[in-house]
Amino acid sequence: MSTPVSVRLNVNGVEHQVEIEPRLLLVHALRDTLGLTGTHIGCDTSNCGACTVHLDGKAVKSCTVLAVQADGAEVTTIEGLAGEDELHPVQEAFWNDHGLQCGYCTPGMIMASAALLAENPNPTEEEVRHGLEGNLCRCTGYHNIVKAVLDAAKTKGGSVEAPAEVAS
Amino acid sequence: MSATLTSDGKSSSGYVGQAMRRKEDPRMVRGRGRYIDDIVVPGTLWAAIVRSPEAHAKIVSIDASAATARDDVVAVFTGEDLAGDFAGPMAMAWSPPGVEIKTPEYWPLARGQVKHVGDLVAVVVGTDRYSVVDAAEDVAVEYDPLPAVVDPEKALEEGSPLVWEQFGTNKTHDYAVSGGDIDAALAEADVVVEQRLVNHRTAGAPIETRGVLADPHGDNVTLYSATQIPHIARFILSLITGIAEDKLRIVAPDVGGGFGAKLQVYPEEALVLALARRLGQPVKWIETRSENMASAHHGRDQINYVTLGAKRDGTLTGCKVRVVADLGAYQLLLTPFIPELGFPVMGGCYKIPAIHVAFEGVFTNKMCTDAIRGAGRPEATYWIELMMDKLARELDMDPLELRRKNFIGPDEFPFTTALGIAYDSGNYAGTLDKLLDRFDLDAFRREQAELREKGIYRGVGFSTWVEVCGLAPSRIVGPQGVGLQAAFWESAMVRVHPSGSALVFTGTSPHGQGLDTSFAQIAADRLGIEPGQIEVIHGDTDQGPWGWDTYGSRSLSVGGEAVARAAERVQEKAKRICAALLEAAPEDIELADGKFRVRGSPDKAKTMAEIAGAAHIPPQELPTDIELGLEATAAYDPENFVFPFGAHACVVDVDPETGKIKVVRYVAVDDCGPAVNPLLIDGQVHGGITHAIGQALYERVAYDDSGQLVTGTFVDYALPTAAELPSFETDRTETPSPVNSLGVKGIGEAGTIAATPAVTSAVLDALAPLGVEWIDMPLAPRRVWEAIEQAKGGASA
Repeated sequence: MSTPVSVRLNVNGVEHQVEIEPRLLLVHALRDTLGLTGTHIGCDTSNCGACTVHLDGKAVKSCTVLAVQADGAEVTTIEGLAGEDELHPVQEAFWNDHGLQCGYCTPGMIMASAALLAENPNPTEEEVRHGLEGNLCRCTGYHNIVKAVLDAAKTKGGSVEAPAEVAS
Repeated sequence: MSATLTSDGKSSSGYVGQAMRRKEDPRMVRGRGRYIDDIVVPGTLWAAIVRSPEAHAKIVSIDASAATARDDVVAVFTGEDLAGDFAGPMAMAWSPPGVEIKTPEYWPLARGQVKHVGDLVAVVVGTDRYSVVDAAEDVAVEYDPLPAVVDPEKALEEGSPLVWEQFGTNKTHDYAVSGGDIDAALAEADVVVEQRLVNHRTAGAPIETRGVLADPHGDNVTLYSATQIPHIARFILSLITGIAEDKLRIVAPDVGGGFGAKLQVYPEEALVLALARRLGQPVKWIETRSENMASAHHGRDQINYVTLGAKRDGTLTGCKVRVVADLGAYQLLLTPFIPELGFPVMGGCYKIPAIHVAFEGVFTNKMCTDAIRGAGRPEATYWIELMMDKLARELDMDPLELRRKNFIGPDEFPFTTALGIAYDSGNYAGTLDKLLDRFDLDAFRREQAELREKGIYRGVGFSTWVEVCGLAPSRIVGPQGVGLQAAFWESAMVRVHPSGSALVFTGTSPHGQGLDTSFAQIAADRLGIEPGQIEVIHGDTDQGPWGWDTYGSRSLSVGGEAVARAAERVQEKAKRICAALLEAAPEDIELADGKFRVRGSPDKAKTMAEIAGAAHIPPQELPTDIELGLEATAAYDPENFVFPFGAHACVVDVDPETGKIKVVRYVAVDDCGPAVNPLLIDGQVHGGITHAIGQALYERVAYDDSGQLVTGTFVDYALPTAAELPSFETDRTETPSPVNSLGVKGIGEAGTIAATPAVTSAVLDALAPLGVEWIDMPLAPRRVWEAIEQAKGGASA
């Protein structure tokens, strides 16, 4: 193990000073060092996008970023996308539209979708499909994911209050 | 809303049937799922596996000294080192009466030889996730390569290299199913069509790879595993490791997709369990994607030789099939059985008086195959549907007309096929009619002709499919039946708490199917409470009764039926308690509008909370002959399989210059009986179709001639992305199954079973004007382009 380096990570608005191996991937720093396990890992080759987070507001695959590269940057993970008792419109839309099944690709997919809508608030279906090309889902066939992103675009505005567990 | 029920406790209207949002989702969309790698146990050691880069070789020597010398490495073990740690080899569960299936001993770590790229050779255990991977690279293994065999048909040839010397052949077994006089049937046919079809090797490729965490405590071990089958795994891992079942607890936490790839008891599970026991410390192994592509079981990999005969008017006379199934190097849980799992629906939804299917299993130097979504039925559906198209061309008949002529009629159920299988219910013309209501075929043909004028090659393909699921009637598939050393009934336990909320324990083990929601809907209607008051517990062998887990589209039709039955038992008891509290007769109590009330006197009523309170803290008026507490268990063994069906249409555009295919429209009308939750059904259909489009167009596990895996990552193994797909158009009909009280059939594999022939047929329809008659999947641009070029050459010759 090489000599640890000190890195300052601002994750979901909280400052962390961590001593880490220089080769540590951002995704492992988030998951193993900070315990934020909502960000997942699905491949070795940056194809699946399960590890997507926001780095200074841009969607990145955190398996392809070294934690030291995030020194001083602001990182947002799925845990920080909305307030404690709130859902981001994209999270709400994924729930409403059955945009997830096993849930494993979901955090990355939601982070990628939120970044897509931040850049293009009124995308066409075609633009959503191409915008999510870097995120793989094996369960949903993408149909309800695409629907959710288009629906989230319609709701606009900020976060919405989390409704009851099961709506009738 | 409140549940309203008929007096017999069945849900005429209520939560069942509602497109409810899932109970699972609020935590999952927030990143609060709990998957295998999210579980942290203090003091956990990490394992990294040294795998074979050779397809077939003797292990000459293993030098682990450099790895062992590293500070953060605790130990390195080889197969010989752990020889005393296993009570038995890996398990294969099919033993058909009177048939020998060659089954080599398969130990968690190789002993002396490796048989495929990715085979387990040694394991490094250490304190750090990254450094055990470095140390694994420091383990020096010397191999003496042996000739490898990759092509299953070459493996059957005289003089082929042998995967297993001791058997003297690469053939694992012969198995045949037969009904009617096939020779006479084909002799009396006016037209006979023949075709060799390749159903290539694919991967399940769940986005979460496999992972195992073994946590020993005293004599007991808890094994967390990303598995579809915790109960079966406990039974089998107990046999392999010698840890008694009562000392071994298996937990499937949130599981990030299975698709059959996690319907397995894997060497890595036995290995990590043995390591934790030996070292007395928790041990975790999380698979990389490259490992997953090489070492999680693959699916399909069949070659089908099909002969289909018919009279001049299109009436089918008989169907003969030879199946060559590439099983890979080892036999795992259901490896040799999976091709045969298609046999109950061989012949599709058609009346065929004679069917003969001969299966041959073959060893090759590849990872073994086993169940991947559909497991045997996609292959069977692929050949029957494409052969119906081919026969229609030969007869110069409309392919849908040919299908209609041979459909089993809606009034002919239960229908016993030539192979002796009793289809439960169906209306095949009904789903096709509804499909054609949505898909105007005449308009399509006009559009197709216009587009061809412009050089755009558009085609449509149809699949009128039926599948067999709801595994399974135990006596049909068990030791004295088909020969599986297992049973497939399912259990449920329903417990109502003193406050009136409830737990539902199921022996099924979902990993994306949404059973927390659908089972809560089923129980809620029968308990008179809301789904939000019900937690569904699964995937833990120490919680709830024994179960048979999740695969084979069984969870709803077998596990859901068990939930319904257990909840109805609780309801019966609740009625007796209610009757005592209201001084009425139990038979006069009905459950309606969420209350247990006296029939005819709706103001005399009790809620489930009031009844549950009395069941736990009895008031004086509760008779002492009513047992206290409010819970019930049910075990349900179905009498038959269930047979979902449907009609799909796929429209593609093919670019003849590049061979590139675009799916432009997909319409699916499916029938899985009455819907419990239509939202979940649509989701399963979307995902299932996509899995099949993936196989038809993009996905292929490929080995080169020397047995090297050339699709070892997601760079080379192409899963479909959102950009390649259209939105799907789905609709349903509802034909109840008589097999279970809910009337339901499975839907988890349906899309995957249905869609490959529709896609291929659409491509062949698009290219018909160019003279292309056949292309094997995957219909990758190069293959399509070559087929076009070949057809052009043929035309000009």
